[in-house]
Amino acid sequence: MSGQPSLDQAGGNGPAIAVRDIARDFVAGQQTIRVLHGIDLDVEPGNLTYLVGESGSGKTTLISIMCGILFPTEGQVKVFGTDIYDLPDRELVRFRLQNIGFIFQQYNLIPAIDAAHNAAVPLIAQGMDRKEARDRAAEMLDKLNIGDQANKLPNQLSGGQQQRVAIARALVHEPRLVVCDEPTAALDAKSGRRVMDLLREVALAEDRSVIIVTHDNRVFDLADRILVLEDGRITHDGTKMPKDH
Amino acid sequence: MIWIAIRMLTGDNQKFYGLLFGIAFSTLLITQQLVIFVNLIERGASSVYNVPSADVWVMDPVSRTTDVNFPMPSTALDKVRGVAGVEWAVPHLRASASVRTKSGDLEGVSVIGVDDATLIGLPKNMVVGTTDVLSRPDTVIIDDVGTTRMFGEASPIGERLELNDQRAVVRGIADSIPSFTSQVTLYTKYSQALRYVPGTRNRLSFVLVGASDEISPEELTARITEETGLRARTRDEFAQDGINFIIENTGIPLNFGITVALGFIVGIAIVGLTFSLFIRDNIKQFGALKAIGLTNGKIAQMVAAQALMVGLVGYGLGVLGTVGFIYAFSANPTFKGFYIPWQIPLVSFASILVIITLTGWLALRSVMKTEPAAVFR
Repeated sequence: MSGQPSLDQAGGNGPAIAVRDIARDFVAGQQTIRVLHGIDLDVEPGNLTYLVGESGSGKTTLISIMCGILFPTEGQVKVFGTDIYDLPDRELVRFRLQNIGFIFQQYNLIPAIDAAHNAAVPLIAQGMDRKEARDRAAEMLDKLNIGDQANKLPNQLSGGQQQRVAIARALVHEPRLVVCDEPTAALDAKSGRRVMDLLREVALAEDRSVIIVTHDNRVFDLADRILVLEDGRITHDGTKMPKDH
Repeated sequence: MIWIAIRMLTGDNQKFYGLLFGIAFSTLLITQQLVIFVNLIERGASSVYNVPSADVWVMDPVSRTTDVNFPMPSTALDKVRGVAGVEWAVPHLRASASVRTKSGDLEGVSVIGVDDATLIGLPKNMVVGTTDVLSRPDTVIIDDVGTTRMFGEASPIGERLELNDQRAVVRGIADSIPSFTSQVTLYTKYSQALRYVPGTRNRLSFVLVGASDEISPEELTARITEETGLRARTRDEFAQDGINFIIENTGIPLNFGITVALGFIVGIAIVGLTFSLFIRDNIKQFGALKAIGLTNGKIAQMVAAQALMVGLVGYGLGVLGTVGFIYAFSANPTFKGFYIPWQIPLVSFASILVIITLTGWLALRSVMKTEPAAVFR
């Protein structure tokens, strides 16, 4: 299949994520288009991994499959040892809630609730008492240096502050995998770097992985590992961007 | 998550108030129109309700309601009195006449002749005066709605009327339920009524009967019909006959039905559209929640909570609006005695449940269809 270790080794001391022979097709009218071609990949814990590529290269599809929100057409994905697409639907949803934190490009904060409640959403969804969840979320906002904004609604916050609330929401339930989609796309260079520093500082731990989809070359130097996707295939895997990019 | 769902809803003021307006307007239209409809058709039975002491009404076999009656010979009264189980039986006359007022206007009135001796046939309560005034010559008692109609704010007591060339003096005001047409009603003694209404050979409209203790009104009606050949109806049956007559012979049920249906359709249209817009505006948030780890069941609970919230609040406002309407018009004689039967709020509640279930389900479909992965696109 590939030079990657066996999938059974994923979890425990193995990789945080083990992707084996993943393919994904999309149907457009009469045509079936394959956007990922037999991807094999291990993501080690404690790493800040960038997924880089042009629009249409398949990076969003790959990250969606890796975090359990898009079924692959072929192949297997193990996250911390669990074959996530083998789980029943409800179990997969619960697995995401407990193990994965999401940071979306457009933040997708709920406009009608304050920053602390927004950050508390995963805890509330897990069934924690709302007040307790909000208190914990407020602590996380403190860590991200926006504790004084906890009572504000998203539309009263700047883009950078909203991004931090989104980061707090992704980290508040202490997930082992954090997935970020273009976290710096809407930010200026300085804010972008600050967000990346924060992610490295707060999100990354020995047993935790962070995967970031980006094409922001201003922050490439902050990655532990860079994977370049082209036409649904990984064409580069290293600590730095290839020179021709 | 329910709290978050409610906050999502109430945080979007425009759509929240739009949804409330839609539900409240729909509830108001459905409830208010049904209340008017029910009260209006119940007026078809008002003449029966105005004589609560009569257990059984006896009439010519072709008579259908208090207003659609065929007079009987006076011997019918004796026949009925001869039936076992009849505690008492009194004559009752109902006829139409024209009255000329002091100002020279003509007004169509109902003349009701009640038993001379017992005065059975009069409404239970009087607004002004007592029933004893009927012992005085040429006396009529006018109903309260008729008073407003003929005399406005002025007191009718002592007013002289010309009733089919006969003199009539108003000496009392009865507290009665208005008729379906709100026509002026004049009560007088049976013997006096015979003089007011132009003569034909048979003039006895009804025989009002009280049942003795050992027999039920239902059994008595069967016995009277069997022994006299006359039509006998219990009080409730005859009241229903009056209501059915209006339902069968007027376009009222259809017209009110159309308005109620419009209320329902308007409700679906406003609520459906606004709810869909609300969901569409929040689809990214719902997608994000699905990605984070909310099950479809939890999402459905959130949308259901939102629908239920606007449904309940909007329904409450709509019912309050109906109560306000009834209260505001309670002084108007046309709406005298209008009430909200308990079944009507239940019917409108069921309609609102259908509206919010339907619109909530339509809105939920788009949320369910949203792939969690869409948040990355």
